[in-house]
Amino acid sequence: MATTTGHTIKAFDQDLNQLRANIAEMGGLAEAAIADSMRALVRRDPDAARIVIENDAKLDALEVEVERLAVQIIALRAPMADDLREVVAALKIAGLVERIGDYAKNIAKRVHAIEGSSELRPLSLLPEMARITGEMVHMVLDAFVQRDSKKAVEVCERDRAVDDFYNSLFRTLLTFMMEDPQNITAATHLLFVAKNLERIGDHATNVAEMVYFAATGTHLGERERGEDPVGLS
Amino acid sequence: MNDMQTMTAETRLSNDAAPKMTARDVSVYYGAKKAIDCVSIDVSQEHVTAFIGPSGCGKSTFLRTLNRMNDTIANARVDGAIELDGENIYAPSMDVVQLRARVGMVFQKPNPFPKSIYENVAYGPRIHGLAAGRSEMDAIVEQSLKRAGLWEEVKDRLQESGTALSGGQQQRLCIARAIAVEPEVILMDEPCSALDPIATAKIEELIHELRGRYAIVIVTHNMQQAARVSQRTAFFHLGNLVEYGETSEIFTNPRVERTKDYITGRYG
Repeated sequence: MATTTGHTIKAFDQDLNQLRANIAEMGGLAEAAIADSMRALVRRDPDAARIVIENDAKLDALEVEVERLAVQIIALRAPMADDLREVVAALKIAGLVERIGDYAKNIAKRVHAIEGSSELRPLSLLPEMARITGEMVHMVLDAFVQRDSKKAVEVCERDRAVDDFYNSLFRTLLTFMMEDPQNITAATHLLFVAKNLERIGDHATNVAEMVYFAATGTHLGERERGEDPVGLS
Repeated sequence: MNDMQTMTAETRLSNDAAPKMTARDVSVYYGAKKAIDCVSIDVSQEHVTAFIGPSGCGKSTFLRTLNRMNDTIANARVDGAIELDGENIYAPSMDVVQLRARVGMVFQKPNPFPKSIYENVAYGPRIHGLAAGRSEMDAIVEQSLKRAGLWEEVKDRLQESGTALSGGQQQRLCIARAIAVEPEVILMDEPCSALDPIATAKIEELIHELRGRYAIVIVTHNMQQAARVSQRTAFFHLGNLVEYGETSEIFTNPRVERTKDYITGRYG
């Protein structure tokens, strides 16, 4: 899909490249935040968690920068067709990635809360779930930069694995709580962690939908979904 | 199978009940040079149609075939069929003067006659015998100037010269002059390229108001203008009609690479 020839006005290309670079940087930060918050949780390392929380400010600042640049491009360059779709997509993607950062920050905040609790068996499933969501974020931003609609569809399909993970963890944590009420506080925190990861998967899927729209000009059809996350009905 | 599918250019439109004008396999030659190559297009009554494309792409040449303005160029030749309400406008029986009353034209530079404002508008109805007397003519002049959005500005000085008006007013006077003979189609060849942004906005608003009453075709270099005033856009390139579709689609999701390169500013 990528157009090989540049714009007659070179500064327009520079603006668009800057916008892509900012989005890619946001993606990198969000991906790192997911991995780092999970590592902090597994190692019960409050110092590492604090760094994740502090770093979230960078994502917020980048989102503001993307908004500023996107509005400037619309006002000064009057983008059309795929350029216009890309700028609109970038605006929405920046908001979504910023939210992904917030979910990672929320995971980091729970590190302190489970301090001192005994061994948490279900914790062993979370890093794999975090790895998949981190990969989704990585893939979907690659897809954005490359305007690759196929890759965007792959990301959507991966979300099913995340939902399955969440459903499985939900049941495991419930069992864990029933075994011993003393586990309830820690298990509830882990349930929120799992929920955060599940939401990150959903946001990555929304980003994928925007990437697909930017690349093709059409909206991704209502895809077949996996089993809905439990506890909703 | 409908007519749309026989067209060579990428065309995506809802079919009209009956197009106002149709062109089929139209080619235009200036001597041996082919300026337009086999263009087929429908012009609808309900929509404003914009022709866009780089200089020399043939959009103005094609526009001029729609009321036989090319007849005035000695070595120009038109092949193919152009119909107005199903009637071949190149048929020997077609009265060209009558045709140009039915298919009016507004040009790039405002060109009022060096006569009074009143006479500029009254001239057409008079030669076509549309008014029975002075009061009928007054009514035609008033209504035409009103429709052209100029009445309030000139009603107290109808005897002043048309050339004394500002550029934007002159252009609206030319539109009033075209309207006065009750045309069915109005062709506009870059009607705003000599006007400032405010005069341009007034003409664009006028086009919007005239839509539906007349079939309007506008040639413009200004893509933003095409996006603002038209419901359908045709992209011409090197004498070909490349793509024709709903304006909102053409500017957000063109199907042909050449269209996309042009409207996003990657052309050339």
